Amino acid sequence: MSSGRSRKRGGEPIAIAGISGNLGRLLTRTLHGEHPIIGIDQRPFEEKPKDVTHYQVDARRSRAEDIFRRRDIRALVHLGLVHHPTPGRPNNREWNVLGAVKLLEYCQRYSVPKVVLLSTAYMYGPGPTNSNFLSEDTPLLGAKDYPEMRALIEWDMFAQSFFWKYPAVETVILRPVHVVGPNVRNAPCNYLRMRKPPMLLGFDPMLQLVHENDLIQAILLSLEPGMRGVFNIVGPGEVPLSILLKELGKTPVPIPHPLAKPLATRLWRWGLSKFPPGELPHLRFQCMVDGTRAKEVLGYRPRYNLKRTIHSVLG
Amino acid sequence: MLGKVKDRLLGAIESMTDEEVSEKIRRLDPRLNEFGVDPFGFDPKFVKYGIPFALFLYRKYFRVESVGLSNVPAGRVLLIANHSGQIPLDGAMICVAMIVDAEPPRMVRSMVETWVPTLPVLSWFFPRVGQIVGTRENCQRLLERDAAILAFPEGVRGVSKNFAKRYQLEEFGLGFMRLALRTGAPVVPVAVVGAEEQVPSFYSFKPLAKALGIPAFPITPTFPWLGPLGLLPLPVKYRLHFGKPLHFLGDPDDEDSVVAEKVKQVRRTLQRMIRDGLEARKHVFW
Repeated sequence: MSSGRSRKRGGEPIAIAGISGNLGRLLTRTLHGEHPIIGIDQRPFEEKPKDVTHYQVDARRSRAEDIFRRRDIRALVHLGLVHHPTPGRPNNREWNVLGAVKLLEYCQRYSVPKVVLLSTAYMYGPGPTNSNFLSEDTPLLGAKDYPEMRALIEWDMFAQSFFWKYPAVETVILRPVHVVGPNVRNAPCNYLRMRKPPMLLGFDPMLQLVHENDLIQAILLSLEPGMRGVFNIVGPGEVPLSILLKELGKTPVPIPHPLAKPLATRLWRWGLSKFPPGELPHLRFQCMVDGTRAKEVLGYRPRYNLKRTIHSVLG
Repeated sequence: MLGKVKDRLLGAIESMTDEEVSEKIRRLDPRLNEFGVDPFGFDPKFVKYGIPFALFLYRKYFRVESVGLSNVPAGRVLLIANHSGQIPLDGAMICVAMIVDAEPPRMVRSMVETWVPTLPVLSWFFPRVGQIVGTRENCQRLLERDAAILAFPEGVRGVSKNFAKRYQLEEFGLGFMRLALRTGAPVVPVAVVGAEEQVPSFYSFKPLAKALGIPAFPITPTFPWLGPLGLLPLPVKYRLHFGKPLHFLGDPDDEDSVVAEKVKQVRRTLQRMIRDGLEARKHVFW
């Protein structure tokens, strides 16, 4: 009986919101063939595999609700929120969050049994009073020096209250550390790909990185029936920023920290730098997390070692 | 160019340490990652850079005598010591003793204040030599990794107490006992005898200390009269007495009054060890 049920489940599609992003395409490559995939994204999906149905819709419109009304969706994976600000482009996170909230509403209304949401360990925020390894219960104070983070934190909090309000939906919230890899174009990767990345004079925080494929593995594990909760996703280890840059063959430019913020803010505003000023505290203080819960509950183990993870930044 | 100068300088500092000590530093922590760092940012290489100066203080200046190092059990342990001397060098001396005179050599970790990560250079130097921000989670995690943790339950009150109050323990905080109960770590009292006379302060000028944002502004026979030089510690002789481990059982989340009883026991033991140490010594300076 159980096998019959699982076959039926295998026939129901997995919806991926934010499928057109780099991580979305990577997840699609991993999943399609084994599972039917539905894509939900306002952006077009270039080089889409044939067996993927892509809906280029705004999640807030009723057309998006129709997807959930008409199809028996097995799980929603939401990747569409965590991307980093780009210079010269308005911050559209607020309405991104509104769309994401709508999608959760559809999941509840049309009894989608599983929701996997990608958040980030940025939520905790770097700071001098941080313990070295923050647990999932740490308050989310990441917007203190990074106002653009506020919408995301509200989204994470909303997802948490959704988790408690609707126990019939298995909700998983993943908070990975800095995601790196050849396909990723986020702030940490942009930083590590700079020819002369800035460092703050006299500061050398410890960092955690996770390989994009390890994050995909964590998402797959979260899709397993029975998994629910908030999980920090860590990589293979911790390393000081200076060693990380040395390993990548970079020559950092030390900047005294009182000058760094005005400098970074101006360069960002003029579109001359790809480094969001809100990221500066990450170069000064640590924001490392404890990945024990994902290890024990999800059975997640990073497969890429520290060296490979670091070098994957350069592809 | 600058890099070369730095390398040569670090090489010179490294060569000041004799082979025996270097060997001991190498044995401190075998659980480092492929870059030679532990998850907390400890890198034995930096101990090597720091130890020549600490060893000078330990062997030549304070001529530290360490007694009872074999009392420190293997595995997780909390070293509880009296804090004193206006300039807190007692922690460093205990760390050096555990590296050069203990067998096997142990890395002692103590906890630093939360303002340390906000200061340039210190922000990374402290973690590299194994000292991390003193939060309960950090301490518990280290004990669970079987570390040796050094704590001064008197806190800064101990460092800044006046000469008249020397060798009288201030009130103890309860945090260390809760951690001992939670992790099952034994408590080893460490009596530091000698340090309390290194900077004899007659009076602490409180308003000035407050204005400067420091815990105390000591008035000594030489400070502030001789400027910063007046704060140079006297070459007293340090004696470190490591006591027998004390084991405690109980609920780590119990009421303060219950935990305080156990803390009192540690405080009494330490006070007795200090008294015995004072009676046994012949002179402050030798």
